[in-house]
Amino acid sequence: MSSDSRATHYVAPVETTTITVDAVKVAAKPSNLWSDAWRDIRSRPTFWISIVIVIIVLLMSFWPTLFTHTDPTSCNLDYSNGAPSRGHPLGFTFQGCDIYARIVWGTRVSVSVGLLATIIGSVIGLIMGAIAGYYGGWLDSVLSRVGDIFFSIPYILAAVVVMTVFAQYRNVLTLSVAIGGFAWASTARVVRAEVLRVRQADFVTASRALGKSNFGTLVAHVFPNAVAPLLVVSTLSLAAAIVAEATLAFLGVGLGDQVISWGTEISNAQTQIRVQPMSLIYPSIFLTVTVLAFIMLGELIRDALDPRARAQR
Amino acid sequence: MFAYIVRRLLQLIPVFIGATLLIYFLVFAMPGDPIAALFGDKQPTPELLAELRAQYHLDQPFLVQYWYYLTGIFRGDLGTTFSGQSVNDVLARTLPVTARLAVMSIAIEFVLSIVIGTISALRKGKFFDNAALIVGLVFLSVPVFVLGFVAQYFLAIKLGWFKATVGADNGWNGLWLPAIVLGVSLFATSMRLMRGSVIETRNQDWVRTAYSKGLSRGRVLPVHVMRNSLIPMITNSATNFGVLLVGATVTEAVFNIPGVGNTLFQATRQHEGPTIVSFVTVFVILYVLVNLLVDLLYGLLDPRIRYVK
Repeated sequence: MSSDSRATHYVAPVETTTITVDAVKVAAKPSNLWSDAWRDIRSRPTFWISIVIVIIVLLMSFWPTLFTHTDPTSCNLDYSNGAPSRGHPLGFTFQGCDIYARIVWGTRVSVSVGLLATIIGSVIGLIMGAIAGYYGGWLDSVLSRVGDIFFSIPYILAAVVVMTVFAQYRNVLTLSVAIGGFAWASTARVVRAEVLRVRQADFVTASRALGKSNFGTLVAHVFPNAVAPLLVVSTLSLAAAIVAEATLAFLGVGLGDQVISWGTEISNAQTQIRVQPMSLIYPSIFLTVTVLAFIMLGELIRDALDPRARAQR
Repeated sequence: MFAYIVRRLLQLIPVFIGATLLIYFLVFAMPGDPIAALFGDKQPTPELLAELRAQYHLDQPFLVQYWYYLTGIFRGDLGTTFSGQSVNDVLARTLPVTARLAVMSIAIEFVLSIVIGTISALRKGKFFDNAALIVGLVFLSVPVFVLGFVAQYFLAIKLGWFKATVGADNGWNGLWLPAIVLGVSLFATSMRLMRGSVIETRNQDWVRTAYSKGLSRGRVLPVHVMRNSLIPMITNSATNFGVLLVGATVTEAVFNIPGVGNTLFQATRQHEGPTIVSFVTVFVILYVLVNLLVDLLYGLLDPRIRYVK
C-alpha cells in the first residue's frame, strides 16, 4: 500500500522526439518594421502593378520622347476631331493636336505639380506636427489651432483664391504652393499623433538623459519614427494633388491654355464632349490610372507598415 | 451637455476668425494693388477703382479693414458680388438648390456605403468584396468633373435617361443625375469605413450575446451590428464635407445647376475677386458649422465625448 501511494513520476519514453518550445531562430535575420513591411508588400500583385504604372508615368514625365515623336504643339486644323490614324493612336483634338502626344507631354506638368505640392505640404506638415507633438504645452495649442484654421478651408477653394490673386503668376510653382500650402494640416495631424506616441518611448528619454538637446533628439530619434506615417500620407497626397491640378484647370484657375497638362487637356476638351468625347476621356483615363496607382501604393504601404492590419488579412 | 455646447462654440471662434482672416489677408494684404489683383485679367475703370477702395476701407490699416469685414459678417452682411448684387440675395436664391443636391448626394452615398459596405464585410475576401474595393478605388481616383462629363455623355446624351443639364428644372426630380455623380464620387471612403467597422463590430461580445440568446441574423445584423457601425462613416462625412462642397461646385458647373457652387464657378471663370472671396467664405462658414453640428450630435449620442476635457 505504502509503495503504491508514492507519487508516481512520469518518465518520458526514451524514443520520444524532443520538441523545442522556446527555440529562437538564430539564423533568421533580425526583423524590423521596414523589412517586415517589405516582405509583406512584395508578395502582393497590386504592389507590382502600381510600381510599374508609377515607373511608366515617371519615365513619361522625364523622357516624353521615349513614348512619342509627335510634336504636341504642332496642331493642324485639317485634322480637327480626327479619328485615330497611323502614328496617331488616339486621334486628334478639336484644335487638331495629337491627343496621345499631348497626354505624354502633359505628364511632366501634372506629375511636377503633384510632387512639388506634396513636398511642400509634407515639409510644412512634418515641421508643424513634430514641433506641436514634441514640445507640447502652449506651442502645441497654438500650432494645433493654426492647423484647425487651415483644415477648415477646403484646400481646393483656398487654391482658387490664391490663384485668382496671383493671376499674373500662374506657373507650376505657384500652383504647387497654392495646393501644398493649404493641404498640410492633415499631414501635421498625423505626424503630431505619431510624435506624441513616440515621445513617451524609452529611447527618447534615454537620448535626453544622455544629454542630447531637445532639438537633437527630435531630429535623431523622433523624426525617423514619423517617417512611416508620413510616407503613407504623402503618397496619398500626391494622388490628391494631381486631381487638384485637374480640378483647378477645370475651374479656370489652373495653369492656362498654353501649358500642356492633363488638367488643361481635360478642361479644354469639355466643350467638345458631344463631338469628340474621346479627347476628354483619354487624358482622364491616364490621370485616373496614375492617381489609382498612387492611392493603391499608399494604402499598400499603410497596410504593410501596420502589423495589426497584416495580421487581420 | 450645455457646458459642452458652450465649449465647442468657444473653440469655434478662433478657427472662424483665423480662417476668414487668412482668406482676407490673402486677397487684401498681398504686395501690389489689391484692387487691381482682384480684377485679374480685366482692366477696371478709375471710378470703379475709387468706389471699391472706399468700399473696402483701403485707406485704413489692414486690421481695421478686416474688422469692418468681420463685423459685416456677424451682422449677416456677407458683402456684395462683383456685379453689385447682395451676396445674401444670391445665397437666398442658390443655397436651397445646393442644399437639395447635397442632401440627395449624401443620401445616395450613405445608402450605397451601408449596403455595399455591409455585404463586403459579410463576404470578406470573396469576389464581391474585392470587386467593390476595386470599383470604389476607381471612383476615388476619377476627378468629379470627369465623372460628371462621362455620366453626362453616356447616361444623358447617348442613352437619354436623364437631361444633360439641369438649369431651371432644379427641384428634387431634376437633380438625380448630378446627385448620383456626386454621391458615387464620395461613396468609396464611407463604404470602406462601413466595411471595416462591420467586420470589427461583428466580433464584439454583445453581438455574440445577441446570437446566443437566440436572436435571428435578420435582427442582429441591422440592430446590433449595422447601427453600431455607422459612427465612423458619419464622422468621415463630416470631415469630408469640404470635399462635398468642392464636389458640389464642380458638379453644379458641369450640369449647369444654379447653386452656390455654380455661382463660385462663374465668378472664377470671370476672375471676379470679391465674389470669389465672399463665396469661399460662405463655404468655410458652412463647413465649420456642419462640423460643429456633427460634434454636438456626438455629444448627444455618446456621453463619453461630453465629459472629455
